[in-house]
Amino acid sequence: MLDVRGLNCPMPVLAVQREVKAKTPKGLVVLADNMTAVGNIQRFAASAGYTVRVRETDDGDYELSLAK
Amino acid sequence: MDKTKKKTAGFWKTHWLVILTGLLIGAAAVALTALGNPKNMGFCIACFERDIAGALHFHEAGAVQYFRPEIVGIVLGAMLISMLTKEWRPQGGSSPITRFIVGMLVMIGALVFLGCPLRMVIRIGGGDLNALVGLLGFIVGILIGVIPLKLGFSLGRAYRQNKAEGLVFPILLAVLFVLSLVTELFAATEPGDPTKPGGLRAAWWIALLIALVVGALCQRSRLCMAGGIRDVVLFRDFHLILGFAAIIVAVLLGNWILGGFKVAVEDGALILGNAKFSFAGQPVAHTDAWFNFLGMVMVGWGSVLLGGCPLRQLVLAGEGNSDSALTVLGFLAGAAVSHNFGLASSGKGIGSGPVLWMLLAGFGILLLVSVFHTKRRV
Repeated sequence: MLDVRGLNCPMPVLAVQREVKAKTPKGLVVLADNMTAVGNIQRFAASAGYTVRVRETDDGDYELSLAK
Repeated sequence: MDKTKKKTAGFWKTHWLVILTGLLIGAAAVALTALGNPKNMGFCIACFERDIAGALHFHEAGAVQYFRPEIVGIVLGAMLISMLTKEWRPQGGSSPITRFIVGMLVMIGALVFLGCPLRMVIRIGGGDLNALVGLLGFIVGILIGVIPLKLGFSLGRAYRQNKAEGLVFPILLAVLFVLSLVTELFAATEPGDPTKPGGLRAAWWIALLIALVVGALCQRSRLCMAGGIRDVVLFRDFHLILGFAAIIVAVLLGNWILGGFKVAVEDGALILGNAKFSFAGQPVAHTDAWFNFLGMVMVGWGSVLLGGCPLRQLVLAGEGNSDSALTVLGFLAGAAVSHNFGLASSGKGIGSGPVLWMLLAGFGILLLVSVFHTKRRV
Protein backbone atom coordinates (compact mmCIF):
# COMPACT_ATOMS: atom_id res chain seq x y z
CA MET A 1 0.00 0.00 0.00
CA LEU A 2 1.32 3.38 -1.06
CA ASP A 3 0.22 6.15 1.31
CA VAL A 4 0.29 9.53 -0.43
CA ARG A 5 -2.02 11.36 1.97
CA GLY A 6 -1.04 14.88 2.94
CA LEU A 7 1.39 15.29 0.06
CA ASN A 8 0.91 18.30 -2.20
CA CYS A 9 0.71 18.24 -5.95
CA PRO A 10 2.37 16.48 -7.83
CA MET A 11 3.98 14.24 -5.19
CA PRO A 12 1.12 11.67 -5.06
CA VAL A 13 1.18 10.88 -8.77
CA LEU A 14 4.99 11.16 -8.79
CA ALA A 15 5.19 8.52 -6.06
CA VAL A 16 2.94 6.22 -8.09
CA GLN A 17 5.02 6.83 -11.21
CA ARG A 18 8.20 5.98 -9.26
CA GLU A 19 6.68 2.76 -7.94
CA VAL A 20 5.42 1.72 -11.37
CA LYS A 21 8.75 2.48 -13.06
CA ALA A 22 10.81 0.67 -10.43
CA LYS A 23 8.72 -2.48 -10.06
CA THR A 24 6.17 -2.54 -12.90
CA PRO A 25 3.73 -4.24 -10.54
CA LYS A 26 0.63 -6.11 -11.78
CA GLY A 27 -1.38 -4.31 -9.15
CA LEU A 28 -0.97 -1.47 -6.68
CA VAL A 29 -3.11 0.01 -3.91
CA VAL A 30 -2.78 3.73 -3.24
CA LEU A 31 -4.28 5.70 -0.37
CA ALA A 32 -4.95 9.37 -1.22
CA ASP A 33 -6.84 12.12 0.59
CA ASN A 34 -7.95 14.51 -2.12
CA MET A 35 -9.69 14.35 -5.47
CA THR A 36 -6.93 16.25 -7.28
CA ALA A 37 -4.48 13.46 -6.48
CA VAL A 38 -7.10 10.85 -7.39
CA GLY A 39 -7.66 12.49 -10.79
CA ASN A 40 -3.94 12.81 -11.48
CA ILE A 41 -3.27 9.18 -10.53
CA GLN A 42 -6.20 7.99 -12.64
CA ARG A 43 -4.92 9.82 -15.73
CA PHE A 44 -1.37 8.57 -15.19
CA ALA A 45 -2.47 4.99 -14.48
CA ALA A 46 -4.63 4.92 -17.61
CA SER A 47 -1.70 6.13 -19.72
CA ALA A 48 0.49 3.40 -18.17
CA GLY A 49 -2.08 0.73 -19.07
CA TYR A 50 -3.72 0.17 -15.69
CA THR A 51 -7.39 0.08 -14.86
CA VAL A 52 -8.30 1.95 -11.70
CA ARG A 53 -11.02 1.40 -9.13
CA VAL A 54 -11.65 4.11 -6.52
CA ARG A 55 -13.30 3.46 -3.17
CA GLU A 56 -13.99 5.97 -0.44
CA THR A 57 -12.84 4.77 2.97
CA ASP A 58 -14.69 5.30 6.24
CA ASP A 59 -12.25 8.12 7.16
CA GLY A 60 -13.09 10.06 4.00
CA ASP A 61 -9.89 9.05 2.21
CA TYR A 62 -9.71 7.41 -1.22
CA GLU A 63 -8.35 3.96 -1.90
CA LEU A 64 -7.25 3.46 -5.49
CA SER A 65 -6.73 -0.06 -6.79
CA LEU A 66 -4.58 -0.20 -9.90
CA ALA A 67 -4.55 -3.40 -11.92
CA LYS A 68 -3.13 -4.48 -15.29
CA MET B 1 -17.86 4.96 -33.97
CA ASP B 2 -14.48 4.73 -35.65
CA LYS B 3 -11.25 5.03 -33.71
CA THR B 4 -10.56 8.73 -34.26
CA LYS B 5 -14.10 9.65 -33.27
CA LYS B 6 -13.77 7.58 -30.11
CA LYS B 7 -10.49 9.29 -29.33
CA THR B 8 -12.04 12.72 -29.86
CA ALA B 9 -14.97 11.84 -27.60
CA GLY B 10 -12.54 10.64 -24.90
CA PHE B 11 -10.54 13.84 -25.26
CA TRP B 12 -13.55 16.05 -24.57
CA LYS B 13 -14.78 13.83 -21.76
CA THR B 14 -11.44 14.13 -19.94
CA HIS B 15 -10.60 17.72 -20.70
CA TRP B 16 -13.83 19.70 -21.22
CA LEU B 17 -13.92 21.20 -17.74
CA VAL B 18 -10.38 22.53 -17.71
CA ILE B 19 -10.82 23.96 -21.23
CA LEU B 20 -14.14 25.56 -20.29
CA THR B 21 -12.56 27.03 -17.15
CA GLY B 22 -9.69 28.48 -19.17
CA LEU B 23 -12.06 30.00 -21.73
CA LEU B 24 -14.25 31.51 -19.03
CA ILE B 25 -11.28 32.97 -17.11
CA GLY B 26 -10.01 34.53 -20.32
CA ALA B 27 -13.46 35.94 -21.05
CA ALA B 28 -13.79 37.16 -17.46
CA ALA B 29 -10.42 38.91 -17.69
CA VAL B 30 -11.40 40.74 -20.89
CA ALA B 31 -14.83 41.60 -19.47
CA LEU B 32 -13.39 42.95 -16.20
CA THR B 33 -10.97 45.11 -18.17
CA ALA B 34 -13.86 46.47 -20.25
CA LEU B 35 -15.70 47.18 -16.97
CA GLY B 36 -12.83 49.18 -15.51
CA ASN B 37 -9.94 46.95 -14.41
CA PRO B 38 -6.44 47.88 -15.66
CA LYS B 39 -5.53 46.87 -19.21
CA ASN B 40 -4.18 43.35 -19.66
CA MET B 41 -4.92 42.95 -15.94
CA GLY B 42 -8.52 41.80 -15.84
CA PHE B 43 -7.38 39.09 -13.50
CA CYS B 44 -3.95 39.09 -11.87
CA ILE B 45 -3.41 37.30 -8.61
CA ALA B 46 -0.04 38.91 -7.84
CA CYS B 47 -1.11 42.44 -8.78
CA PHE B 48 -4.38 42.22 -6.87
CA GLU B 49 -2.74 40.82 -3.75
CA ARG B 50 -0.22 43.62 -4.04
CA ASP B 51 -3.15 46.08 -4.14
CA ILE B 52 -4.62 44.44 -1.03
CA ALA B 53 -1.25 44.68 0.74
CA GLY B 54 -1.36 48.39 -0.12
CA ALA B 55 -4.92 48.78 1.11
CA LEU B 56 -3.83 47.25 4.44
CA HIS B 57 -0.91 49.74 4.64
CA PHE B 58 1.69 46.97 4.40
CA HIS B 59 3.19 49.29 1.79
CA GLU B 60 2.43 52.90 0.90
CA ALA B 61 2.75 52.91 -2.89
CA GLY B 62 -0.17 55.23 -3.52
CA ALA B 63 -0.82 54.05 -7.08
CA VAL B 64 -1.54 50.44 -6.11
CA GLN B 65 -3.80 50.33 -3.08
CA TYR B 66 -7.26 48.76 -3.22
CA PHE B 67 -8.92 45.84 -1.48
CA ARG B 68 -9.55 43.78 -4.62
CA PRO B 69 -12.82 41.79 -4.53
CA GLU B 70 -11.41 39.30 -7.08
CA ILE B 71 -9.09 37.71 -4.50
CA VAL B 72 -11.90 37.41 -1.95
CA GLY B 73 -14.24 35.92 -4.57
CA ILE B 74 -11.80 33.25 -5.69
CA VAL B 75 -11.14 32.05 -2.14
CA LEU B 76 -14.82 32.07 -1.15
CA GLY B 77 -15.95 30.52 -4.46
CA ALA B 78 -13.48 27.67 -4.00
CA MET B 79 -14.53 27.28 -0.38
CA LEU B 80 -18.28 27.13 -1.07
CA ILE B 81 -18.04 24.67 -3.96
CA SER B 82 -15.63 22.41 -2.06
CA MET B 83 -18.03 22.36 0.87
CA LEU B 84 -20.88 21.42 -1.46
CA THR B 85 -18.87 18.60 -3.05
CA LYS B 86 -17.49 17.49 0.34
CA GLU B 87 -13.93 18.17 -0.77
CA TRP B 88 -13.42 20.89 1.82
CA ARG B 89 -10.78 19.60 4.18
CA PRO B 90 -8.86 21.49 6.86
CA GLN B 91 -5.24 20.43 6.70
CA GLY B 92 -1.79 21.90 7.14
CA GLY B 93 1.63 21.48 8.67
CA SER B 94 3.77 20.86 5.60
CA SER B 95 6.83 23.10 6.16
CA PRO B 96 4.75 26.22 6.82
CA ILE B 97 7.55 28.74 7.33
CA THR B 98 9.39 27.54 4.22
CA ARG B 99 6.18 28.00 2.22
CA PHE B 100 5.76 31.51 3.61
CA ILE B 101 9.25 32.49 2.50
CA VAL B 102 9.00 30.85 -0.92
CA GLY B 103 5.66 32.64 -1.29
CA MET B 104 7.40 35.95 -0.60
CA LEU B 105 9.99 35.19 -3.26
CA VAL B 106 7.36 34.21 -5.84
CA MET B 107 5.63 37.55 -5.27
CA ILE B 108 8.89 39.51 -5.48
CA GLY B 109 9.68 37.80 -8.80
CA ALA B 110 6.16 38.40 -10.09
CA LEU B 111 6.39 42.11 -9.32
CA VAL B 112 9.71 42.38 -11.16
CA PHE B 113 7.94 40.97 -14.23
CA LEU B 114 4.65 42.72 -13.35
CA GLY B 115 2.26 39.83 -13.16
CA CYS B 116 1.61 36.33 -11.93
CA PRO B 117 1.50 33.45 -14.44
CA LEU B 118 -2.20 34.18 -14.99
CA ARG B 119 -1.54 37.78 -15.96
CA MET B 120 1.37 36.57 -18.07
CA VAL B 121 -0.98 34.60 -20.33
CA ILE B 122 -3.50 37.47 -20.29
CA ARG B 123 -0.72 39.80 -21.41
CA ILE B 124 0.22 37.36 -24.17
CA GLY B 125 -3.40 37.39 -25.33
CA GLY B 126 -3.27 41.18 -25.28
CA GLY B 127 -0.29 41.23 -27.66
CA ASP B 128 2.34 42.10 -25.04
CA LEU B 129 5.50 40.46 -26.40
CA ASN B 130 7.39 41.12 -23.14
CA ALA B 131 5.14 38.46 -21.65
CA LEU B 132 6.57 35.92 -24.11
CA VAL B 133 9.99 36.65 -22.61
CA GLY B 134 8.36 36.15 -19.21
CA LEU B 135 6.90 32.84 -20.41
CA LEU B 136 10.36 31.70 -21.43
CA GLY B 137 11.61 32.53 -17.92
CA PHE B 138 8.61 30.78 -16.37
CA ILE B 139 9.34 27.61 -18.37
CA VAL B 140 13.03 27.71 -17.39
CA GLY B 141 12.03 28.17 -13.73
CA ILE B 142 9.74 25.16 -13.92
CA LEU B 143 12.43 23.06 -15.59
CA ILE B 144 14.79 23.95 -12.73
CA GLY B 145 12.11 23.15 -10.13
CA VAL B 146 11.34 19.80 -11.72
CA ILE B 147 14.91 18.57 -11.06
CA PRO B 148 14.55 18.41 -7.25
CA LEU B 149 11.05 16.98 -7.76
CA LYS B 150 12.51 14.10 -9.72
CA LEU B 151 15.18 13.56 -7.07
CA GLY B 152 12.61 13.21 -4.29
CA PHE B 153 11.91 16.79 -3.18
CA SER B 154 8.94 17.24 -0.88
CA LEU B 155 7.94 19.83 1.69
CA GLY B 156 6.53 16.96 3.74
CA ARG B 157 3.08 15.75 4.68
CA ALA B 158 0.21 17.94 5.76
CA TYR B 159 -2.14 16.63 8.44
CA ARG B 160 -5.79 16.96 9.30
CA GLN B 161 -6.49 20.09 11.31
CA ASN B 162 -9.31 21.48 13.34
CA LYS B 163 -12.13 23.00 11.23
CA ALA B 164 -11.33 26.44 12.60
CA GLU B 165 -7.81 26.23 11.17
CA GLY B 166 -9.26 25.73 7.70
CA LEU B 167 -11.85 28.48 8.09
CA VAL B 168 -9.81 31.23 9.70
CA PHE B 169 -8.26 32.58 6.50
CA PRO B 170 -11.39 32.75 4.30
CA ILE B 171 -13.33 34.32 7.17
CA LEU B 172 -10.61 36.86 7.92
CA LEU B 173 -10.49 37.79 4.24
CA ALA B 174 -14.27 38.18 4.07
CA VAL B 175 -14.38 40.34 7.22
CA LEU B 176 -11.58 42.61 5.98
CA PHE B 177 -13.34 42.91 2.64
CA VAL B 178 -16.60 43.99 4.28
CA LEU B 179 -14.61 46.52 6.36
CA SER B 180 -13.09 47.85 3.14
CA LEU B 181 -16.60 48.45 1.80
CA VAL B 182 -18.22 50.03 4.85
CA THR B 183 -15.36 51.93 6.50
CA GLU B 184 -12.52 54.25 5.48
CA LEU B 185 -9.98 52.15 7.41
CA PHE B 186 -8.04 50.99 4.38
CA ALA B 187 -6.17 52.90 1.72
CA ALA B 188 -7.62 53.11 -1.78
CA THR B 189 -6.09 54.76 -4.84
CA GLU B 190 -8.25 57.56 -6.26
CA PRO B 191 -10.02 56.22 -9.37
CA GLY B 192 -9.58 57.72 -12.79
CA ASP B 193 -5.85 58.18 -13.38
CA PRO B 194 -4.80 55.64 -16.04
CA THR B 195 -1.21 55.61 -14.70
CA LYS B 196 -2.43 54.39 -11.30
CA PRO B 197 -3.62 50.75 -11.62
CA GLY B 198 -5.08 50.70 -8.10
CA GLY B 199 -7.68 53.27 -9.15
CA LEU B 200 -8.77 51.29 -12.20
CA ARG B 201 -11.47 48.90 -11.15
CA ALA B 202 -14.74 47.30 -12.09
CA ALA B 203 -17.69 47.73 -9.72
CA TRP B 204 -16.94 45.68 -6.59
CA TRP B 205 -20.03 43.48 -6.78
CA ILE B 206 -19.45 42.53 -10.42
CA ALA B 207 -15.81 41.72 -9.70
CA LEU B 208 -16.85 39.67 -6.66
CA LEU B 209 -19.55 37.76 -8.55
CA ILE B 210 -17.28 36.92 -11.47
CA ALA B 211 -14.50 35.85 -9.10
CA LEU B 212 -16.87 33.59 -7.13
CA VAL B 213 -17.67 31.72 -10.35
CA VAL B 214 -14.02 31.63 -11.40
CA GLY B 215 -12.98 30.35 -7.96
CA ALA B 216 -15.57 27.60 -8.08
CA LEU B 217 -14.56 26.56 -11.61
CA CYS B 218 -10.87 26.56 -10.71
CA GLN B 219 -11.61 24.38 -7.71
CA ARG B 220 -13.52 21.87 -9.85
CA SER B 221 -11.01 21.83 -12.72
CA ARG B 222 -7.78 22.12 -10.60
CA LEU B 223 -6.52 24.65 -13.15
CA CYS B 224 -2.91 25.62 -12.42
CA MET B 225 -0.53 27.62 -14.56
CA ALA B 226 2.63 26.06 -13.11
CA GLY B 227 1.08 22.59 -13.09
CA GLY B 228 0.33 22.87 -16.82
CA ILE B 229 3.94 23.06 -17.90
CA ARG B 230 5.21 20.87 -15.05
CA ASP B 231 2.92 17.97 -15.96
CA VAL B 232 3.99 18.09 -19.60
CA VAL B 233 7.61 17.81 -18.48
CA LEU B 234 7.07 15.17 -15.80
CA PHE B 235 4.31 12.97 -17.21
CA ARG B 236 3.76 14.05 -20.83
CA ASP B 237 0.32 14.96 -19.47
CA PHE B 238 -1.27 17.82 -21.45
CA HIS B 239 -4.43 18.09 -19.33
CA LEU B 240 -3.71 21.27 -17.35
CA ILE B 241 -1.84 23.03 -20.14
CA LEU B 242 -5.04 22.91 -22.21
CA GLY B 243 -6.56 25.30 -19.65
CA PHE B 244 -3.51 27.52 -19.97
CA ALA B 245 -3.88 27.60 -23.76
CA ALA B 246 -7.63 28.16 -23.53
CA ILE B 247 -7.06 31.37 -21.52
CA ILE B 248 -4.81 32.77 -24.26
CA VAL B 249 -7.34 31.85 -26.97
CA ALA B 250 -10.22 33.46 -25.07
CA VAL B 251 -8.28 36.64 -24.31
CA LEU B 252 -7.12 36.96 -27.94
CA LEU B 253 -10.65 36.45 -29.21
CA GLY B 254 -12.13 38.75 -26.57
CA ASN B 255 -9.71 41.55 -27.42
CA TRP B 256 -10.39 41.06 -31.11
CA ILE B 257 -14.18 41.16 -30.65
CA LEU B 258 -14.18 44.18 -28.30
CA GLY B 259 -11.83 45.98 -30.68
CA GLY B 260 -14.40 45.67 -33.46
CA PHE B 261 -12.68 42.79 -35.32
CA LYS B 262 -9.97 45.18 -36.47
CA VAL B 263 -7.05 43.63 -38.35
CA ALA B 264 -4.25 46.01 -39.31
CA VAL B 265 -0.54 46.69 -39.28
CA GLU B 266 0.49 50.01 -37.66
CA ASP B 267 4.13 51.07 -37.15
CA GLY B 268 5.21 47.56 -38.05
CA ALA B 269 3.05 46.03 -35.31
CA LEU B 270 0.19 43.63 -35.95
CA ILE B 271 -3.10 44.78 -34.52
CA LEU B 272 -6.01 42.46 -33.75
CA GLY B 273 -8.83 44.48 -32.25
CA ASN B 274 -7.60 45.83 -28.89
CA ALA B 275 -4.44 43.71 -28.97
CA LYS B 276 -1.31 45.33 -30.36
CA PHE B 277 1.61 42.96 -30.79
CA SER B 278 4.67 44.87 -29.65
CA PHE B 279 7.23 45.25 -26.90
CA ALA B 280 6.99 48.99 -26.32
CA GLY B 281 3.94 50.87 -25.09
CA GLN B 282 2.22 47.94 -23.37
CA PRO B 283 -0.03 48.69 -20.38
CA VAL B 284 1.55 48.21 -16.92
CA ALA B 285 4.61 46.50 -18.40
CA HIS B 286 8.28 47.29 -18.99
CA THR B 287 10.63 46.20 -21.76
CA ASP B 288 13.67 45.12 -19.73
CA ALA B 289 13.93 41.60 -21.14
CA TRP B 290 16.47 40.23 -18.64
CA PHE B 291 14.40 41.25 -15.66
CA ASN B 292 11.17 40.02 -17.24
CA PHE B 293 12.93 36.71 -17.75
CA LEU B 294 14.60 36.43 -14.33
CA GLY B 295 11.50 37.53 -12.45
CA MET B 296 9.49 34.73 -14.02
CA VAL B 297 12.27 32.16 -13.45
CA MET B 298 11.78 32.86 -9.75
CA VAL B 299 8.00 32.54 -10.07
CA GLY B 300 8.25 29.25 -11.99
CA TRP B 301 10.81 27.65 -9.71
CA GLY B 302 9.05 28.80 -6.53
CA SER B 303 5.63 27.73 -7.79
CA VAL B 304 6.84 24.21 -8.54
CA LEU B 305 8.29 23.93 -5.02
CA LEU B 306 5.00 25.17 -3.58
CA GLY B 307 3.00 22.71 -5.67
CA GLY B 308 1.03 25.35 -7.54
CA CYS B 309 0.88 28.85 -8.99
CA PRO B 310 -0.50 31.84 -7.02
CA LEU B 311 -4.01 31.24 -8.39
CA ARG B 312 -3.92 27.62 -7.24
CA GLN B 313 -2.72 28.65 -3.77
CA LEU B 314 -5.81 30.85 -3.39
CA VAL B 315 -8.07 27.96 -4.39
CA LEU B 316 -6.36 25.56 -2.00
CA ALA B 317 -6.61 28.13 0.80
CA GLY B 318 -10.35 28.18 0.11
CA GLU B 319 -10.44 24.38 0.33
CA GLY B 320 -9.18 24.56 3.92
CA ASN B 321 -5.46 24.16 3.30
CA SER B 322 -3.76 26.36 5.89
CA ASP B 323 -0.32 25.87 4.28
CA SER B 324 -1.65 27.57 1.17
CA ALA B 325 -3.30 30.26 3.30
CA LEU B 326 0.09 30.95 4.85
CA THR B 327 1.63 31.01 1.37
CA VAL B 328 -0.89 33.70 0.40
CA LEU B 329 0.12 35.69 3.48
CA GLY B 330 3.69 35.23 2.22
CA PHE B 331 2.56 36.76 -1.09
CA LEU B 332 1.24 39.80 0.82
CA ALA B 333 4.50 40.11 2.76
CA GLY B 334 6.46 39.77 -0.48
CA ALA B 335 4.41 42.56 -2.05
CA ALA B 336 5.16 44.78 0.93
CA VAL B 337 8.90 44.06 0.71
CA SER B 338 8.81 44.70 -3.06
CA HIS B 339 7.32 48.16 -2.72
CA ASN B 340 9.03 49.18 0.52
CA PHE B 341 12.50 48.37 -0.86
CA GLY B 342 12.07 49.56 -4.44
CA LEU B 343 12.08 46.06 -5.93
CA ALA B 344 8.76 46.28 -7.77
CA SER B 345 8.80 47.33 -11.40
CA SER B 346 6.44 49.85 -12.95
CA GLY B 347 5.56 50.93 -16.48
CA LYS B 348 8.73 53.02 -16.44
CA GLY B 349 11.07 50.09 -15.82
CA ILE B 350 12.48 48.06 -12.97
CA GLY B 351 12.55 49.38 -9.41
CA SER B 352 15.20 51.70 -8.00
CA GLY B 353 16.21 49.25 -5.25
CA PRO B 354 18.70 46.35 -5.35
CA VAL B 355 16.58 44.27 -7.75
CA LEU B 356 19.36 42.12 -9.16
CA TRP B 357 20.80 41.40 -5.70
CA MET B 358 17.37 40.45 -4.43
CA LEU B 359 16.81 38.09 -7.35
CA LEU B 360 20.21 36.47 -6.81
CA ALA B 361 19.55 36.09 -3.08
CA GLY B 362 16.14 34.64 -3.92
CA PHE B 363 17.64 32.07 -6.26
CA GLY B 364 20.10 31.16 -3.50
CA ILE B 365 17.24 30.61 -1.06
CA LEU B 366 15.27 28.52 -3.58
CA LEU B 367 18.39 26.44 -4.16
CA LEU B 368 18.80 25.83 -0.42
CA VAL B 369 15.12 24.90 -0.08
CA SER B 370 15.41 22.58 -3.09
CA VAL B 371 18.49 20.84 -1.67
CA PHE B 372 17.47 20.56 1.97
CA HIS B 373 14.01 19.18 1.23
CA THR B 374 15.25 16.55 -1.17
CA LYS B 375 15.76 13.03 0.09
CA ARG B 376 17.78 11.29 -2.54
CA ARG B 377 15.96 8.18 -3.71
CA VAL B 378 17.82 5.88 -6.04
